[in-house]
Amino acid sequence: MEKTQNNKAWFLVLPVLVLVAFSAVLPLMTVVNYSVNDTFGNNEFFWTGLEWFEEMVTSDRLWDAFGRQMLFSGIILLIQIPLGIFIALNMPKSGFWASFCLVLMALPLLIPFNVVGTIWQIFGRVDIGLLGHTLAAMGIDYNYTNDPLDAWITVVVMDVWHWTSLVALLCYAGLQSIPQAYYQAARIDQATRWSVFRYIELPKMKGVLLIAILLRFMDSFMIYTEPFVVTGGGPGSATTFLSIDLAKMATGQFDLGPAAAFSLMYFLVILLISWVFYTVMVNMDREDAK
Amino acid sequence: MKFRGSAIVMTVYLLFLLVPIYWLLNMSFKTNAEITGGLTLIPQTFTLQNYVTILTDPSWYMGYVNSMIYVMLNVVITITVALPAAYAFSRYNFMGDKHLFFWLLTNRMAPPAVFALPFFQLYSAMNLIDTHIAVALAHCLFSVPLAVWILEGFMRGVPKEIDETAYIDGYSFPRFFIKIFMPLIASGIGVAAFFSFMFSWVELLLSRTLTTTDAKPIAVTMTRTVGASGIDWGVLAAAGVLTIVPGALVIYFVRNYIAKGFALGRV
Repeated sequence: MEKTQNNKAWFLVLPVLVLVAFSAVLPLMTVVNYSVNDTFGNNEFFWTGLEWFEEMVTSDRLWDAFGRQMLFSGIILLIQIPLGIFIALNMPKSGFWASFCLVLMALPLLIPFNVVGTIWQIFGRVDIGLLGHTLAAMGIDYNYTNDPLDAWITVVVMDVWHWTSLVALLCYAGLQSIPQAYYQAARIDQATRWSVFRYIELPKMKGVLLIAILLRFMDSFMIYTEPFVVTGGGPGSATTFLSIDLAKMATGQFDLGPAAAFSLMYFLVILLISWVFYTVMVNMDREDAK
Repeated sequence: MKFRGSAIVMTVYLLFLLVPIYWLLNMSFKTNAEITGGLTLIPQTFTLQNYVTILTDPSWYMGYVNSMIYVMLNVVITITVALPAAYAFSRYNFMGDKHLFFWLLTNRMAPPAVFALPFFQLYSAMNLIDTHIAVALAHCLFSVPLAVWILEGFMRGVPKEIDETAYIDGYSFPRFFIKIFMPLIASGIGVAAFFSFMFSWVELLLSRTLTTTDAKPIAVTMTRTVGASGIDWGVLAAAGVLTIVPGALVIYFVRNYIAKGFALGRV
């Protein structure tokens, strides 16, 4: 659609701008302030320059947490995106069963994060949880509070349980927008199931898939509550992801300076990766419009 | 044959989703003695005591009330400010519009952990700690960008001729917007409200940081069940089940809109 040039449109954006400036820019400025100062209480600040940043960049603790975070987000994307597509392809196309599946699948998305954590904490326990108990009965040594690998598996399975539906629902919507005529044409050409997927369904899902990847990347990169409830970041620091580490540093130890420097770098990494995704998305939109 | 395969896949997937929830539900109807005593697939001594505990104790049920209040406030604020902004983005080019749009989106990408502490200080300075409005405003951080994004997608689908015709007919901008434009994008408003509700309802980190007693949400109250005598599993499970109920109701009512909202490729 042709848009008109009109700078008065700024007035319409103004309320959002004020609100977001209040709830984002102000706090962010506080973080910036902390990141370049040291304080011993009493609101006295001492200029430290980039010292905190240097300390953080060279800190092993941060790089370890960063490594775990990248690994986690990578695993999550590798499992959830293909699984989500697969589920979407198998969903009923219309009628009662379609809404039935939609409602049930959306259910995990609307459970408060810490309740998700609680559900899996209970479910995985060897003494009172169905999963833990069943595994133990099968003779598998499973204990997510002691064994780092088990803790990882629990956290990953929990996230798959929690968020795969979002990917599936997005892909499902993308599939719904494909006209029947495409499939008929494919049938006349005697296309295989794979080529239907590769040349018709996948290109049509491209847009929603990028959004799904972007959302899943951002949210898995910021994950805090669920693993915190289940494992508390442990055993040791095996499941201490960036947000958990940050919260520990800021509200547990009150190391405000390092925590603030950490926050800013954390935010910039997310921003950078998201910006790449966003640019790709916008370019695709433009190509589609042509 | 193909149908059979799909049905199996869906059954397995839905079972995977529902079994953990069933386990919580199952536990909520058991006594603590039964929970810790052994594994039973259905409650042997069926009890509603856990629910009675929650629904008669104000420190429990007020948690639900608090959560509902700030979620509703958040939805109302979000939709009110997002509507005009989305209209501006969908209809006009203006100075810096693209940068502004991306900047808005970046707030959706900000980790709540980064903002928790500064938020606490900001709201303390303004005496807003432990009020519903503080949590509602803090949640605007991620609900507003999302709502603008969703609404802009819906508004782009409405032909501009409708605006022009209305102006020729002598409608003022506010009257046109409320009388003509909003009904046209009703399903978009529904989807945006749904997502604002969803992300505000499930968020814990910010709402926990900003509240102490009077506005404490239910999700935080749940951490109380760890007492001197160990964890009160039954009550914990019942509280968990009750937090799922509002979400389930909302999904049921908007199920047709969700598919439509997703179809526009916006979340």
